[in-house]
Amino acid sequence: MDLNFLEFERPIAELEAKIEELRLVGDDAEINIQDEITRLQNKSRSLTESIFSSLTPWQISQLARHPQRPYTLDYMQRIFTDFQELHGDRAFADDHAIVGGVARLDDRPVMVIGHQKGRDTKDKLFRNFGMPRPEGYRKALRLMRMAERFRLPILTFIDTPGAYPGVDAEQRGQSEAIARNLMVMSGLATPIVCTVIGEGGSGGALAIGVGDRLLMLQYSTYSVISPEGCASILWKSAEKAPLAAEAMGITSQRLRDLGLVDEIVAEPLGGAHRDFDATASSLKHMLLGALQQLEADQPEQLLQARYQRLLSYGQFSGD
Amino acid sequence: MSWFEKLMPSRIRTDGANKRGVPEGLWSKCPGCSAILYRAEMERNLDVCPKCNHHNRIGARRRLDTFLDPDPREEIAGLLEPVDPLKFKDSKKYRDRLSQAQKLTGEKDALVVMRGQLKGLDLVAAAFEFSFLGGSMGSVVGERFVRGAAIALQQRIPMVCFSASGGARMQESLFSLLQMAKTSAALGKMAQQGVPFVSVLTDPTMGGVSASFAMLGDVNIAEPNALVGFAGPRVIEQTVREKLPEGFQRSEFLLEHGVVDLILDRRDLRDRVAALLSVLTHQPRP
Repeated sequence: MDLNFLEFERPIAELEAKIEELRLVGDDAEINIQDEITRLQNKSRSLTESIFSSLTPWQISQLARHPQRPYTLDYMQRIFTDFQELHGDRAFADDHAIVGGVARLDDRPVMVIGHQKGRDTKDKLFRNFGMPRPEGYRKALRLMRMAERFRLPILTFIDTPGAYPGVDAEQRGQSEAIARNLMVMSGLATPIVCTVIGEGGSGGALAIGVGDRLLMLQYSTYSVISPEGCASILWKSAEKAPLAAEAMGITSQRLRDLGLVDEIVAEPLGGAHRDFDATASSLKHMLLGALQQLEADQPEQLLQARYQRLLSYGQFSGD
Repeated sequence: MSWFEKLMPSRIRTDGANKRGVPEGLWSKCPGCSAILYRAEMERNLDVCPKCNHHNRIGARRRLDTFLDPDPREEIAGLLEPVDPLKFKDSKKYRDRLSQAQKLTGEKDALVVMRGQLKGLDLVAAAFEFSFLGGSMGSVVGERFVRGAAIALQQRIPMVCFSASGGARMQESLFSLLQMAKTSAALGKMAQQGVPFVSVLTDPTMGGVSASFAMLGDVNIAEPNALVGFAGPRVIEQTVREKLPEGFQRSEFLLEHGVVDLILDRRDLRDRVAALLSVLTHQPRP
C-alpha cells in the first residue's frame, strides 16, 4: 500500500521499501527469509513509534493535511448507518465543500455535517479543496435548524484550509454567512458535538464549530490562520511556517493544555490514514460518550452551559 | 557656510533648526484627493475631506467623543489588559508589541466601550482603535464587547459598534478565533431578547471581526468607501489570479450585494442612528 510518506517519515519509507523488496524475492527464492522480514517489520514499527513520539507542530500540520487522511465522508460510512445526504441552501446552490444529512449513530437519529475535501485532482476541484463558499455555510445552517426542529443532535466534522477567498464568495457575503452560523449555533436547542478531523482553518472551520463539546483528532490542527499565512505576515516569509506552527500552538495536545479542547481522539500509530477503521471506531466511541453526557441535560440547561462556555473563552488581566 | 550665505545680511539668515515656519500638524494631506487641508477645519469636519468627501480613519476615543452626547459617559471594562497566554514571539515578542502599541495609542487594547447617550437615548457604544495592532481582536476586545453587550441586555438599551479591524489577533491564536464565537453568542442573546444592535462598518473591517459581530447588526451601516470583507484583496488576487474589479469590497459594492443596509456620511451618523434607534426602541423622535 502506498502510504504517501511525508518528508520526516523517510527512514520509515526506506525500511518499508526494503521489506517489500524482500517479499518479492521471497516468492521465488528457496531460502526462507520470513525471519528477516519479521525483523525488519519490528524495526519499522519501533522506528515509527520513535518518530511519532516527538513530532513537531509543523510535522503534525502536515499529517493533518495528509493526502491519504480520512475525510468526512470516510467517517460517515464507518461511524453511521442510514446516512442520507441532503443538498443545497435553498437559495443559491449546493456547495460540495460541505456535506451534510441525517443518519443514525447506532440507533440514535442524528444530523451530521462536515467539510469535504477531494482525493484526486478532479475530486479536489469538485470539492473546492474543502473551502466552502457562503452557500455551504448556509446549507449547514439550514440543516442545523432542521436538526433543532426534529430534536436531532448535531455532529460536525471540521476539515478545511479556510473559507474560500474568492470574488464570488465575497459578493454573496462570506463574512455574513460565517457570522450568522456562529450566532445561531450558540442558541440551537439541541446538543452539538464538533470534531476537528484534519485542518481546522480559521473562521471557515469555526463556522461549523460552535457547540457543547470540542474534540480533536490527535494529529489534527486548529488555528486562527494557517502557519504559512501567519509566517508571511509576521515573519515576512512563508518559509518560516514551521516557526509559526510552533508559536501559535495549533496541536490537539497544546490546545487541550490551554483548556480550549475537551478531548483528544487517539489515532493509530503513524496517523489516521494508516487505519481508517480503527480511527473511525475510536471517534465513534468518543462521540457516543459525549452525546450520552449531553442528552442527560434539559434544553435550557444545555443552552445555559453552552453560553457560559462561549463567554468563558479568553485570557486577560485587570479584572 | 557658503559664500552666498556669508554675503547675506544676518537678519535674513536662518539656521537649520528654525527653518520650518509652520508647526508640525497644522496642515494635512488628504489621502483621497491629495489636497492640502487645514487640520482645524478637518477636525470640525469630523475628518471628512471637504473637497472629495474622503472619510479618514479616526481613533476610538475621538469616534466615541464625536458620536456620543458629552455626558453622561462611563467607560466599560476599561481596566482589562491583554496577557500573553502563548508566550508568542515572532521577530518581536508579543509583549513588546503590546507595550509599544499601548504607548503609541494610550489604550490598553484595541476596543473602547462606553455607556452613554445619543441625543438623549441611552445606549452602549463601542469603537475600535485601528492603530492598536491593526485593531485586531484578541481576548480583551472580545471580553469588552460582551461586557458592553451584557449591560445593554441588562438595561435593555441598544448597542452600537464602530468596527475598524484587520481581523483576529494572530498572537493570541485560537483564543482570538474563539472571540468570534463569544461575541456572536452575546449578540444572539440580544437578538432573542429584542435589544437592538447597530453595526457601523468603517475602513477597514476584515477577517474575524467582519465574520462575526460586525455583520450581525439588526442594521448594518457602512461609511462611504470603507473596505469591508472576509478575505483581504491581496489574498483573493493570489487565489483567483486575476485583477479584482474596481470598487471590490468597498461600501458601495456591499450595498449593491445586499450585505449592508445603508451607507451614511460620518457627519450624519448621530442624527440618523438616533432616529433609527428611537424607532426600534419605541421612543419619541429625538
